Amino acid sequence: MGSEMASKLGLLVPGLLQLLDRRWLEGGTALTLWAALLTLATTRFPRILQSLSGGLDGWIALLTLLLVLGGLWSWSVRDGMKSGRGDRIPPGGGGHLWSTFRRNRLAVLGLWTVGALYLIALLTPLLAPFDPAYQPAFQAGETALIMAPPSWGHILGTDQLSRDILSRILYGSRISLSVGLLAVSISVTMGALLGAVAGYLGGWIDGAMMRVVDMVMAFPRLVLLIALVAFFDSSIFLIIGALALTQWPVTTRVVRGEVLSLREREFTEAARALGFSSSRIIFRHLLPNAMAPVIVTATLGIGNTIILEAGLSFLGLGVRPPTPSWGIMVATGRSYLSHAWWIATFPGLAIVLAVLAFNLLGDGLRDALDPRQSREVRG
Amino acid sequence: MISYVFRRVLTALPLLLGVATIVFLVLSLAPGDPSAIYFGPGMSPETLERIRRDLGLDDPLLVRYFRWLFSFIRGDFGYSFASNMPVSRRILAALPNTFALASVSLLLAFGAGILMGVVQAVRQYSLLDSALSTVSLFFYSMPSFWLAIMLILVFSVSASQWGWPVVFPVSGVVGTNHDLLGPLEQLQDRVRHLVLPVLSLTLVLAAGVARYVRTSMLEVIRQDYIRTARAKGLSEFRVIFKHGLRNGLIPVVTLLGLSLPSLLSGTVFIEYVFSWPGVGKLLVDSILQRDYPVVLAGTFLFGGMVVAGNLLADLLYGVVDPRIRHGVRNG
Repeated sequence: MGSEMASKLGLLVPGLLQLLDRRWLEGGTALTLWAALLTLATTRFPRILQSLSGGLDGWIALLTLLLVLGGLWSWSVRDGMKSGRGDRIPPGGGGHLWSTFRRNRLAVLGLWTVGALYLIALLTPLLAPFDPAYQPAFQAGETALIMAPPSWGHILGTDQLSRDILSRILYGSRISLSVGLLAVSISVTMGALLGAVAGYLGGWIDGAMMRVVDMVMAFPRLVLLIALVAFFDSSIFLIIGALALTQWPVTTRVVRGEVLSLREREFTEAARALGFSSSRIIFRHLLPNAMAPVIVTATLGIGNTIILEAGLSFLGLGVRPPTPSWGIMVATGRSYLSHAWWIATFPGLAIVLAVLAFNLLGDGLRDALDPRQSREVRG
Repeated sequence: MISYVFRRVLTALPLLLGVATIVFLVLSLAPGDPSAIYFGPGMSPETLERIRRDLGLDDPLLVRYFRWLFSFIRGDFGYSFASNMPVSRRILAALPNTFALASVSLLLAFGAGILMGVVQAVRQYSLLDSALSTVSLFFYSMPSFWLAIMLILVFSVSASQWGWPVVFPVSGVVGTNHDLLGPLEQLQDRVRHLVLPVLSLTLVLAAGVARYVRTSMLEVIRQDYIRTARAKGLSEFRVIFKHGLRNGLIPVVTLLGLSLPSLLSGTVFIEYVFSWPGVGKLLVDSILQRDYPVVLAGTFLFGGMVVAGNLLADLLYGVVDPRIRHGVRNG
């Protein structure tokens, strides 16, 4: 009787069924996430209503909140029913890949951290304790809040304009994370296409394209970036474009190398014998098979791009100052090092955390996707 | 060997030309006019036209390109807009500082990185391996400018506040009282100024090297000839350092060339943070002042150094791996 009650309750509360099943980690995570989001939704109810009038940000945050809650609940129910009937199957399509990946605990940690970071970035309007531009010292006369050290009211302290650092880091995450993702997506698409074309066609086209790749790669990336950003009118789109434009050769090289060996394989020959067009062979046969190393370079590339974007902002060449950005915050903190160590320290830690997560994820993916490496993992 | 060197140098030349062309194109396509810094209030349009003509900005792009290219080849980099000094003199003044910073960091980083990577590979999956992996991944994920600021915070700001015996200086190559010191003290002064910038560059760079060397050594250690060397009864030290390292280091030679761009990017930030009067700081300052000739020359110099570094790495690769020299390639 009691267990029946519990399983009914479990349908309502995500994670309970998994906990009853003694899968502490999955159940615990689901339950905590569910509880945290629900608390957020109830305690911040006025904030939600208020932020909806503030434009797109609020709607995105609300939508994210509802989607995650819904997704959590439906996962829990479906997963719980399955485990109740005792026919649990390993999750995911690529069973081997996932199981190799899952054994690498650090990589899984990286995956969860990346997910959490993007979730936090999307929910920022609801999460942030203060408005990132709110200056209590000048708008409410609370002068003690100028460079106030970390305390309960302001967990990470305040900056020289009495703005809350935690809120600014949260809002800054949106710049760093979206710039990283967008720039790398563009560069990977571009690089993969060019690499596949070069590798498949070969001959002088390949030769010419690879010389261009060498040329772009010969540049210290930062210098080219600085020149592009400084001489054209800086905007977030220019920064994304410039980051993408200096990143694609890496992918091109990787894909070209893969395609060079793939095009000699039997399945490509078969496709050619069947009279398929070059574009069909490239898109349907070669590129999908060359994706594994591309995903790895892309993941590691996002970390690198986040560092570069922060660096540009640090030099004052990134997004414009009222917009909170991690690089700008570190640059500001540099001037107040002897009075307020927290201004420069915490935004930098945020950069390290984000980049570390992507690097852990990328390393794990490489181990899982590269057969040579995975043999190594098993010893 | 000579024909190999000749072939490699010959392929590097068009690369240099390409680098120069990209630099020129980026700057010429950028909006805004370099003559803008000569603007004065009440200047007549005719005067402005004359300045533009004198600077050669009126000519078509192609003419300007070739004129610029030929003067570049002759070693004439023009005059800096901001300081009215020949660009070459400004760059030559900054170059030794960058060179000192970069070479010391590169040496230390490769030394430490190779040692770490080898130790990790030999003791794979040990506690030491995971500890070093974690540490190197942590530094690898760190922006060098933030690391530099944290080092300043600990070894300079806090050190002076807490009265530590050694407080490291945070800016410049030498102290203000440098000329008053004796020769030995002058050397000490230079070294003290070098410590924090070098440390920031080295830590980030060494982390990458260690990650790379670990993977490369792990591959080597699995090979049959290592087992043979062990079976012969050689000491473990000889097996690893004589037989293993010799092959494990071949890819590291490439890494030496490949890490030049990130080293130079690193010096830009580090020189900026520590007010280190090198090429990187000169470049950032010139970009902010729109000092086009200096930017052109500096960017080209950086690009050229990378091309030269890759060339050197390729040549070294030929020295350590005879298969490449003789054009034997698999695949």
